[in-house]
Amino acid sequence: MARVIVNLPASAKRGEIIEIRTLAGHSMETGFRRTQLGELVPRDIINRFVCTYNGAEVFRADLHPAIAANPLIVFTTVATESGTLEFRWTGDNGFSATHTASISVV
Amino acid sequence: MRTRRQFLVLTGGLLASAAGQAQLPPNLAALRKAALNEAVRKVTGDAQLRRGRVKLDLPPLIENGNAVPLAVRVDSPMTEADHVRAIHVFTEKNPQPNVIGIQLGPRAGRASVTTRARIADTGTVIAVAQMSDGSFWSDSVEVVVTLSACLEDGLI
Repeated sequence: MARVIVNLPASAKRGEIIEIRTLAGHSMETGFRRTQLGELVPRDIINRFVCTYNGAEVFRADLHPAIAANPLIVFTTVATESGTLEFRWTGDNGFSATHTASISVV
Repeated sequence: MRTRRQFLVLTGGLLASAAGQAQLPPNLAALRKAALNEAVRKVTGDAQLRRGRVKLDLPPLIENGNAVPLAVRVDSPMTEADHVRAIHVFTEKNPQPNVIGIQLGPRAGRASVTTRARIADTGTVIAVAQMSDGSFWSDSVEVVVTLSACLEDGLI
């Protein structure tokens, strides 16, 4: 299980736009680098990130090798109701990581 | 029996053609540009790409291309009737032009996203936003990279 960090406010006013900062621990090997012997290092990246808010998808990102190691993704969503946000990263070689966070909306 | 003249013409011609093939430089700049245009076309289709509404924010002088802070903000009310459907970022000089593709909707509240990219070389970075009415808007930034990503050994 990869280490991920998600930062979002624990509570928000209804209708408020909240900023969510996510970071996943991953080397994001591009597949274009070579070893000292000249062999290509095979590609190993996270290629998808999805955020769902109480089961409804609110944000999705397709990542390519041009994303830096330990991909940072900062985005916003509207705090509509109390509940849970689920974050899911998937990638090459069966990589998968999930994180859930709860938010209370007043 | 082959005369000296025939021999010279034959070998000279062979050498010239071999040298010509060996010296034909692969026009990398044009190839990269074509790949970039192809990637943008794949997103926009036949729709017209207009400048404006999108603000691509990244430092003009990049000392380390391996982690370049990159922010895209789109001017949109983000309502059910008028919102940003997708944002795509491309670079000109990377081995692959795509950087990130984002799908969002009115629930985002604000069309803004921040990430960190790898940028291989001095060139253009382009952000394209698709609106809910099907129009495409873009912004491009020229960047100067001193330490490039991906190509540190200069093999590509």
